Amino acid sequence: MIFWQLFFTFFQIGLFTIGGGYAMIPMIEEEVVRQGWLTHTQLVDFIAVAESTPGPFAVNTATYVGIITGSNVNGSLLWGLLGAFCATLGVIMPSFLIILLIAKCFTSFQDNRLVKGALYGMHPAVVGLIAAAALSLAKGNLYTSLSFVSASDFLSSFQLLPVFIFLAVLAVSFWKKKIHPVKLILLSAVLGIVCCSAQELLLG
Amino acid sequence: MTGKEKRIRCRTLFFTFLKIGAFTFGGGYAMIPLIQKETVESHGWITDEDILDIIAVAEATPGPIAINTATFVGYKTAGFWGSFFATLGVVLPSFLIISILAFFLEPFKRLKMVSYAFVGIRTGVLVLIVQAVLKMYKACEQNWINYLILLVAFVSVAFWDLPVIPILLISAACGILYQTFRAKARKEETR
Repeated sequence: MIFWQLFFTFFQIGLFTIGGGYAMIPMIEEEVVRQGWLTHTQLVDFIAVAESTPGPFAVNTATYVGIITGSNVNGSLLWGLLGAFCATLGVIMPSFLIILLIAKCFTSFQDNRLVKGALYGMHPAVVGLIAAAALSLAKGNLYTSLSFVSASDFLSSFQLLPVFIFLAVLAVSFWKKKIHPVKLILLSAVLGIVCCSAQELLLG
Repeated sequence: MTGKEKRIRCRTLFFTFLKIGAFTFGGGYAMIPLIQKETVESHGWITDEDILDIIAVAEATPGPIAINTATFVGYKTAGFWGSFFATLGVVLPSFLIISILAFFLEPFKRLKMVSYAFVGIRTGVLVLIVQAVLKMYKACEQNWINYLILLVAFVSVAFWDLPVIPILLISAACGILYQTFRAKARKEETR
């Protein structure tokens, strides 16, 4: 039964990937292509789209694979939605159950000396991890490879447009400290459209 | 908490995480600033320190960070149904958007405005994450052991590409050792 397979495969993917959505790509690729649900090209194409839609990457991919596979059964949209539902439920179920269990125990262990000590040590590590994520995001978007040979080389390894948008959004976030993050995201989307269109008009 | 209060909280959790799910671009970390704003600053359900706890747990357990965080925050705020509605909320926008887009993938990919908007959004998200890092840094105690752990974690992921779980385990062990020695030292001082 295809729907059970979808649920079970994505349950496994959800259970065995630690460290967020992108760590899932190799496993998703292996399972989904092996089962013949999507071709490799279809998957790569979709990953590009998943980056430009909101929400957790894992959920986006599960929903997409589910809807395509489900509607391939007899071409009906309803079956596609059922497939999407099964795959999505599968991918979130392990996290949900595990975290629920931990959260339940957490309140009683929270004041345990060992748990307290462990969390004390993990706090700065988490800050470091997220700072590393920020750096890799900067690397993909603001520059590709830095050159330290000379000052002008160093400056020209940055991409002008994203750096300009980055500085503009940063300035707004300092100027209006209480601004809601959603507004900053909308602002940066508008800036992206305006700046890229302007660049296209000017440079052809 | 009375039943009515709980129902209201569940509803607020659902809509809050619906918003978070709809405006998170580019993976789980991008969600942290939004979660911080909504759950700490707007609703006061949890503290900045709780956020650090939650992310530490979410990182060390399987599954997408977004789901882990939603479930944890939901549970801390309003028990089982809180975690149910928070998770449902964070998943729903993706589910609906992808269900619709699945049939218009080709035209969507060719939309120039979308790709332009994303040049902006990706850099905007970067600003948000930098802000979140600064806030979380302030929520940590400032001492040499924390600076050291932060630096080692950052360098080993950013430059050496080491896996996250061992880093977290070693940091946890360091935290336990440090706290044990500090407690001992304090005891001797008071004696």
